[in-house]
Amino acid sequence: MYKILKKQKWSDTIYSNWIEAPFVAKAAQPGQFIILITNQKGERIPLTIADSNAKEGWVQIVYQVVGASTLELSLMNEGDSLYAFVGPLGIPSEVENFGGKVLIIGGGIGIAPIHPIAKKLKELGNYVVSIIGARTKDLIIMEDKMREASNELHIATDDGTYGQKGFVTNIMDDILKKESEAIKDIWAIGPPIMMKMCTRVANEHNKQIWVSLNSIMVDGTGMCGACRVSVGGKTKFACVDGPEFRGNLVNFDEMMLRQKQYCDQEREALMLLEEKIRRQASNG
Amino acid sequence: MAEKLKPAERLKKDRVPMRAQEPEERINNFLEVPFGYSLQEAIEEAQRCLQCKPPYCVAGCPADVRIPEFIEKIIEEDIKGAFLEIKKTNALPAVCGRVCPQEEQCEGACIMNKKGKPIAIGRLERYVADWARELNYSDAKKASVRLNKKVAIVGSGPAGLACASDLAKLGYDVTIYEALHKAGGVLVYGIPEFRLPKAIVDYEVDQIKELGVEINLNYVIGLTKSVDELIQEYDAVFLANGAGAPSFLNIPGENLNGVYSASEFLTRSNLMKAYEFPNYATPIRVGERAVVVGGGNVAMDAVRTAKRLGAKEAIIVYRRSRKEMPARAEEIEHAEEEGIKFELLTNPVKVLGDEYGNVVGIECVRMELGEPDESGRRRPKEIKGSNFVIDTDTVIVAIGQSANPIVARSATGVETNKWGYFVADENGKTTHPKVWAGGDIVTGAATVILAVGAGKKAAKSIHETLSRQ
Repeated sequence: MYKILKKQKWSDTIYSNWIEAPFVAKAAQPGQFIILITNQKGERIPLTIADSNAKEGWVQIVYQVVGASTLELSLMNEGDSLYAFVGPLGIPSEVENFGGKVLIIGGGIGIAPIHPIAKKLKELGNYVVSIIGARTKDLIIMEDKMREASNELHIATDDGTYGQKGFVTNIMDDILKKESEAIKDIWAIGPPIMMKMCTRVANEHNKQIWVSLNSIMVDGTGMCGACRVSVGGKTKFACVDGPEFRGNLVNFDEMMLRQKQYCDQEREALMLLEEKIRRQASNG
Repeated sequence: MAEKLKPAERLKKDRVPMRAQEPEERINNFLEVPFGYSLQEAIEEAQRCLQCKPPYCVAGCPADVRIPEFIEKIIEEDIKGAFLEIKKTNALPAVCGRVCPQEEQCEGACIMNKKGKPIAIGRLERYVADWARELNYSDAKKASVRLNKKVAIVGSGPAGLACASDLAKLGYDVTIYEALHKAGGVLVYGIPEFRLPKAIVDYEVDQIKELGVEINLNYVIGLTKSVDELIQEYDAVFLANGAGAPSFLNIPGENLNGVYSASEFLTRSNLMKAYEFPNYATPIRVGERAVVVGGGNVAMDAVRTAKRLGAKEAIIVYRRSRKEMPARAEEIEHAEEEGIKFELLTNPVKVLGDEYGNVVGIECVRMELGEPDESGRRRPKEIKGSNFVIDTDTVIVAIGQSANPIVARSATGVETNKWGYFVADENGKTTHPKVWAGGDIVTGAATVILAVGAGKKAAKSIHETLSRQ
C-alpha cells in the first residue's frame, strides 16, 4: 500500500511523486488534499492533490523540500512505500459552468493544486484564463499540463528569466482592468503572501476570489483545531471547512503568523537530519 | 490455591494499596504511574470479596463483566481462568482496568462501601489482563460458525472495538474503518501514556484482529467513502466515530500561537509522540508555564502532560470550585501530588499575545457560585473588577468536544439532533434500518466504559436484527 510508483525531480527542491492509493484516487475531487506520513516516526504532512487517476489508482503530489519531513520524503525512492496516506480530505472546489471566463492563478508550488481545478473548469465548459508564476524559470512547473487545462496561459517570473517579468498579480491586474466583467470567478493558490496580494487585487476590482489555505494540521479531519483560521471574523478549520475560502474574508496576517509556530523546532529537526545524512554519506 | 476466608475475616481486611511511581520522579517521564498488583497483592485483595448473590458490582458495570467469578478464580490462583471469565464479556480488560471510573460503576455499587472501602475491582481486572499480556497468552480465535453477513464499523475507539469483538465471536465478517493511522481512537490519541501505555492498547487491538476483524486504517468515512456506500455494501453499519471536534472559549486571542485545544495538544503528544521530538518528527511547544482551562479528565491529562513536557509550572484554571470538577478524584489527586496548581473559581476572558503572535498571558476573572443551574451544579458568576493576568507561554483549552460533521453529512436517512449527534435508541438503533450508532457520537463526550457498553448493546441488537432476516 501507498507505494511510490513514480518519482520525478523538477528542480533543486521540487519533486513530484505518484502514489498508489486506489481508494483516495477513486474519491478525489479538485481542491481536496491528502495527508501522508513517510515512516513510523514521521509527522502528518498535508499536501494538495495535483492529479489523480481512479482507473489506475494513483494520486500525484508535488512538494518542495522545506524541512526535515519533506527532505525525508524526497529521499524515498520509486518502489518504497509510505507509512500512511489518507484522503481525499477537505471540501472540493465549487466548480461549475459559470457561462464565461474564469481566472486561475498558481504561484510556485501552488501551480500543482491549481491544475486539477483548471482542468475541471475547462471540462465543464468554462473559458479558463490561467496565470502561473514563480521566482525564476526553473521553478515554473507543470507548464504543459497547465497549457492543456487552460484556454489562455500567462507566465510570470520575478526575475524575468521566463514569461513576463514581475508577479502574477501584475498580469492579474492587467486582465481585470481589461475584462473584469467577463471574469466570473477567480482561484489563486500559492504562498500565503501571494494569495494575500491576489486578494488585494481582487478587492480593488470588487471581485470574489477563492484561495486554498495550507495551515498547519495534525489529523486533518476536524478533530484537533490546529488549522484554525479567521474567516469573516469567525474561526474556521481549514481541514473541514476548507481548504478553500473566499480570500476576501481571510485574515492572512494571522494565518501567516500561525504558520511560523514551529519555526525553531523545524530548524532543529532539519539540522539533525542533514547531519545524519552527512554522517551516513561519509560512512557509506 | 489461596485460602478462602470466612465472611467475618474478609470484612477485617483492608483494601490493598497499589504501588506507584513517586511524584517527583514521574513528572520527569511518561511511564505509567501505578505499577499494578503483584500476584500476592491481587490474591490478598481478591480474598476480601464477599461473593454477593446477586452481585451489585455487575449491575454497575456497562460491560457486564463477570466480577465475582473472575475474583474467585484469582483466589484459586487460576489467573488464566480469571482472564477467560473477563474476556467472555469485555474485549478491553487492560484498558478498562486502568481508565474506567470504577468508583461510579462496579466499585461504586460494591456492598463493601457500607463497611469501608470497596473491592479494588479495577486493579484486579488490570492485574489479570496484564498477566495475559506479559505471558503473551491469547484466547482469541476465529469463530467456528460463519454467518456470511458483513458489518461495517466506523471508528476503532472503544465502542467500535467492543462491537467488533462481540460480532466477530458470533461469526460475522467485521470491517472497521479508522481515519487515523493507528487503531484505538481516544485510547491512542487522547489518553496519555502515563495513564494508559500504548503497548497495552496495541495488544488488545491485536487480540480483536485475531478474532478475524479487519481494520482499514487511513480511511475516512465521509470522505474516502460515504456512509451511504457502506449501507449498500454491508448488512449493517455501526457508527462509532466519536465526538471529535474541539470546543473553544470564543474569547479574544484564541488563535495566538501557543493556544491549543486539548485534543491537539494530546494528539501531538500521545499519537504522534511529540514528547520524543525530534526523534519523532511532530513538534510541540510548552515553555516555562502552561495554563489548562477546564476541570475534567481531559484537562487533568493535558496539565500533567504539560508538566512532563517541561513546564516549570502547570496550572488548571476552572470556573467552579473543586467540588464541582468533573474529573475523577484519582486524577485530581495525582495532579495535586505532581505539583499542579489549581486556580479555582476562575474564568479566562482574554488571551494576551506579543507582536509575533505568541501567547504571553491569559487574563482571568474570579468567580463566585450562585444558584444551581439545569445540571444541578451551582452556576458560577463573575466578580466584577476582579480581573488579573497569569503570565504564560501556553494555553490549552479543555472544555469539551462537539460533534464532528464529516460522517453525518455522508449518511442519508440517519437523523442527527440539533447538536449534530446521531439519534439512537437504547440499543443503538438509528432512524435508518441498517444503521446503528453508539459512543460519544450519540451521547456527547463521555467515558471509555460507556462507549464499550454502547458497542456491546449495538452488537446484540445487530445480531438480533440480522438473525431475523
